[in-house]
Amino acid sequence: MWSATWEGRLATMITVENLTKRYGSFSAVDDISFEVRPGSVVGFLGPNGAGKSTAMRMMTGLTPATSGRATVLGKAYRDLHNPGRQVGVMLDASAQHPGRTGREVLRLAAIQIGVPRSRVDEALALVGLTDEEAGRRVRNYSLGMRQRLGLASALLGQPEVLILDEPANGLDPQGIHWMRGLLRGFADGGGTVLLSSHLLHEVQVIADDLVMIGRGRIVARGTKDELLSRGGTTVRSSDDRGLRAALDRAGVTVTQTPAGLVVDAESGVVGRVALDERIVLLELRSGGSEGLEEMFLSLTASTSREGTAA
Amino acid sequence: MTATETHIPARAERPVGLPAPSRAADGRPGVPLPRLVTVELRKMIDTKAGLWLLLIMSAVSAIVVTVFLIWGPAVEATFGTLLTLASFPLLVLLPILGIMSATSEWSQRTGLVTFTLEPRRGRAITAKVIASLILGLVVTASGFAAAAIANVIGASTSDASGAWDVTWQTALGVTLAFAIFVLQGLAFGFLFLNTPFAIVASLVLPTVWSIASGLVSSIETASRWLDLNQVTEPLLNGTMTGENWGQLGTSFGVWVLLPLAVGSWRVLHREVK
Repeated sequence: MWSATWEGRLATMITVENLTKRYGSFSAVDDISFEVRPGSVVGFLGPNGAGKSTAMRMMTGLTPATSGRATVLGKAYRDLHNPGRQVGVMLDASAQHPGRTGREVLRLAAIQIGVPRSRVDEALALVGLTDEEAGRRVRNYSLGMRQRLGLASALLGQPEVLILDEPANGLDPQGIHWMRGLLRGFADGGGTVLLSSHLLHEVQVIADDLVMIGRGRIVARGTKDELLSRGGTTVRSSDDRGLRAALDRAGVTVTQTPAGLVVDAESGVVGRVALDERIVLLELRSGGSEGLEEMFLSLTASTSREGTAA
Repeated sequence: MTATETHIPARAERPVGLPAPSRAADGRPGVPLPRLVTVELRKMIDTKAGLWLLLIMSAVSAIVVTVFLIWGPAVEATFGTLLTLASFPLLVLLPILGIMSATSEWSQRTGLVTFTLEPRRGRAITAKVIASLILGLVVTASGFAAAAIANVIGASTSDASGAWDVTWQTALGVTLAFAIFVLQGLAFGFLFLNTPFAIVASLVLPTVWSIASGLVSSIETASRWLDLNQVTEPLLNGTMTGENWGQLGTSFGVWVLLPLAVGSWRVLHREVK
């Protein structure tokens, strides 16, 4: 029965339906639903404390859900046979015994999920940990090295799905670039990735779909392109003030951002207004990172703890 | 470790990191128990803390036995005496290995990995119980071996008695005592899910109970049934009577099975963070 599904008939790799977690009267996760398509990279975004980790723990059976359900590969996580071979999970890279060496951590996992020892070396090479580093105890690891070890552990069983909580945390810019390449390669090879982050730009480059949550609720979800185009048009011109006045007269919403004006209209509309006003355009594009960033901040500002998202 | 390699489905080499196209995904949920036991056994001795504890246990036993051979009364230096001496530090410290096996999943947060690789936590608990018993057996065997070697050395280098005075009842009793104490450690670990709490409780509570029952005559009768230290004495001496077995069973129920049951319930239902 299951063998038929991996041939491509499984429409979603992860399904989250009305998932809710309450601690007393506090709702950590409040009725969230989304799906992860096979072969896609989904960015699970939200400010700190938005409920990302709680949701991911519910997906992997570590935290019992108050209501709703989550399935991975069509099954509840706890019903998966030898889940380490099907789903690679990294929920907290620092959750490792400090007295164990990195290599030992992977050996234990290799024994448990039943892969040959050679996979340990392959996984270490894959995440760029040297033999010397693998022989050190985790106590002496930097956060970045722990993240790499956690990723190696998740990739050990050659799973089809990766569930990663803040995998870029503690990585330097080069490390983040490397991780993007790794995950993109994994997805291009047919794998599916769900990764969380509190930084939009960390996942924006590799994500196909985005799910944004704030205070336990989904505030936006869809394909990245869809969400990007919702970010409006970004424009810079020789006379931003004049253009802004003209756009105001045309009845479209304009926001001033450091990157230029963000206009809630298609680029054609903006271009025509500029032409009529004889204003020289320096830059004109749909959406863009500033638009999405703007949206991320505005969507999460009202729901984040700090008032402004980090 | 060959057993761990028998479940690999045959498949063509693929670039590392890329998902495998197919695998043994059918079958009952759960990782095969022998593999879980192997992992749990390994986890008890592959950390710095675990390794040091084993080394300290062995060292203390060796020192106690050596000191006795050199300065103790020669006529009493028999296999039985040496076994008792070697066992005592092991019996005190072995439960700590059981405790750490249970608590490190929570205090070191390795449970995040353990319970995602085996989400059916009951199987992880079973594996820990079996692994603790195996480790207990190995430690018992090395206790016997150490005592035997000491006995031979003592008899050949000094005027130590060197008598082989251990009956099969004593041998069995000592083995059983090791099993009981390592299980007690594990049970207390599950119950408290916190290393210092569990260690202190498993050392202090039985002692407090022993002292209290010695001072207060009204609970003295009860303590004969409920004091694990007291009821294992005839077990270690190989002089178990029917009533002794009943007392052992009762104490085992209260000090091992009860905390094991409550602790297992906690592990099964607790949120892993």
